[in-house]
Amino acid sequence: MAATLPDGTHADKKGLWGWINKRLPVSEFIKDQLTGYYAPKNFNIWYFFGSLALVVLVLQLVTGIFLTMFYKVGETTSFDSVEYIMREVNFGWLIRYLHSTGASAFFIVVYLHMFRAFLYGSYKKPRELLWLFGMAVYLALMAEAFMGYVLPWGNMSFWGAQVIVNLFGTIPGIGPGLVLWIRGDYGIADATLNRFFALHVVAIPLALLLLVVLHLVALRRTGSNNPDGIEIKEKVGPDGKPLDGIPFHPYYTVKDVFGVGVFFILFAIIVFFIPTLGGLFLESPNFDPANPMSTPEHIAPVWYFTPFYAILRAVPDQRMGALLMFFAVVLFLFVPWLDRSPVKSIRYKGLPSKVALTLFAISFVALGYLGLQPAEGLYVVLARIFAVIYFLFFILMPWYSPLGAKQPPERVTYHAH
Amino acid sequence: MRTKMGSSLRAAVLAAVVLASGGLAAAESGAAKEEAPAASDWQHWHANTNVTDLASAQRGARNFVSYCLGCHSLKYERWSRLGTDLAIPQKLLERDLIVPGDKATDYILTTMPAADAATWFGKTPPDLSLIARSRGKDYLYQLLKTFYVDPTRPTGANNLRLPAIAMPHVLSELEGPKAAVFRDVTHKEGSEVVHEQVFDHFEQLAPGRLTPAEYDAFVRDTVNFLDYVGEPTQAARRSLGVWVVLFLLLFTWLAWMVKHEYWKDVH
Repeated sequence: MAATLPDGTHADKKGLWGWINKRLPVSEFIKDQLTGYYAPKNFNIWYFFGSLALVVLVLQLVTGIFLTMFYKVGETTSFDSVEYIMREVNFGWLIRYLHSTGASAFFIVVYLHMFRAFLYGSYKKPRELLWLFGMAVYLALMAEAFMGYVLPWGNMSFWGAQVIVNLFGTIPGIGPGLVLWIRGDYGIADATLNRFFALHVVAIPLALLLLVVLHLVALRRTGSNNPDGIEIKEKVGPDGKPLDGIPFHPYYTVKDVFGVGVFFILFAIIVFFIPTLGGLFLESPNFDPANPMSTPEHIAPVWYFTPFYAILRAVPDQRMGALLMFFAVVLFLFVPWLDRSPVKSIRYKGLPSKVALTLFAISFVALGYLGLQPAEGLYVVLARIFAVIYFLFFILMPWYSPLGAKQPPERVTYHAH
Repeated sequence: MRTKMGSSLRAAVLAAVVLASGGLAAAESGAAKEEAPAASDWQHWHANTNVTDLASAQRGARNFVSYCLGCHSLKYERWSRLGTDLAIPQKLLERDLIVPGDKATDYILTTMPAADAATWFGKTPPDLSLIARSRGKDYLYQLLKTFYVDPTRPTGANNLRLPAIAMPHVLSELEGPKAAVFRDVTHKEGSEVVHEQVFDHFEQLAPGRLTPAEYDAFVRDTVNFLDYVGEPTQAARRSLGVWVVLFLLLFTWLAWMVKHEYWKDVH
């Protein structure tokens, strides 16, 4: 590396690059964050989803900006302007499908990213704050997606907003007043639509960006976990670099570019050939304009909320259902302290942990499916069974997680290709 | 206005018959196959249309203008857009399709006043721009194929797909009136014996101006047109998609080669 001059610049930095670096620590930033940042060399396929989430975030911001140029918020204009984008704006259909597919893709990569944390104990000490910032990103994302879904002002937008906002009415005492305050009217109306637009395009994206930065800063402090769940910083070579670490750039940048390629192939197949994904990504009732006089046959949120929606409907009492749904999300925050295992990775945890995580994954997917079905008969019974498994996964974690733990290896397991 | 609509209607029927003799010969065998299953199976009928079949979409546009536009609008679709997308020459578009008084850049709107329509039919006939997206092609196909004579209804017609439909059977003269035959079914629900009327089959009361196969093709063309109107960009979307995916495959293959090269020195 080049010698550093007393004023902090590099001796070999001349010309424009040197001029900039004297005034802005660009090369230092690249060195600190990319070429000098060591990541474990044994990342597997589960480690693609963090960078993919970042890519999707940028995609949503860019396509969102272009949509905002043509979208006209208002209960008499929203629906028409979306159709205008779909039909008369050059490549408007592409921008819109990228954005609507991007919303679902965001949740897919974030759910897989979170599942990775469960697999390898990435939330455990010393990464508790990293996990909490990640969860804050997830909560902000839920708010962002919900409000974004209201903006086309289709019939499902309207009724979805009706159901979700009314949940706040179940809070004892302040409930009814709170609902009125959120809506800004006595029903879901123009005032609601306008404020959701403000929150969707300004407030929450700002919060999301801030939280993502905090998530990444916290990651830089602790370094990435890895599939073996052992700290690479504990085994350093004579040069002070982790023996099992490799510089993030170029190794993981080139690897992630490949991951982004695979992701975009799948993404493009959906955008160009099946943009509604049979009603999963864009629900057919949303091609009818919002109509307070006509309720869709089944009100179901978009798939990424259906696991929680199934829990809500599994409980006969609406207030209890809303409370359980709230806990179903909030419990994630406590996982770093519920997991009492001496090891991080599922590879070295005992059979009880493996069974529990498998059952949890199955029940999450099953609840997601059941949330899309009508709440009747066998569907409700199944939703109750899977909801119980869902909660037991968290509640029993302090007891089952330490069982049968094995000693992890000294160094990460890596087989060169 | 009324006489003009009448004459264009007759012209359309004439055209349909002419087309039926030639163009429908191929479609007939397919349609016949679709007809073969029992009518009681109507809930599983598929529209089987292809939006890239421009001739079919063109015939559908003609059907729509002749039979649907009297009551239903396509408020998001312009005449000129329709002409461009369906490759209808400007002259033909202006002569045969565009409603007198409309400009090519106008949206396709019915001349029926909404308030009057609500009085006459009990509800304003819905705009059909997005009907294929909100209900699906199969729904539209089933709807247009399951009208039957029902004297208890104010319009004299009822429908299996949408019972108590407010719409009269506008295509009755083409299809010919048909009755629905129901059979009584009793089954036990717990300890209660429930009597139900289940649809069994249709009975053609009188022939229409089109044969059953021709009527089937007429409906499919119309549904195909509505599918196009639901998302006018869909053909462009799919053809662009092929190139995007091919490019991404190449890009990803190159990215894999680069990754492979860099990772050679990781042991």
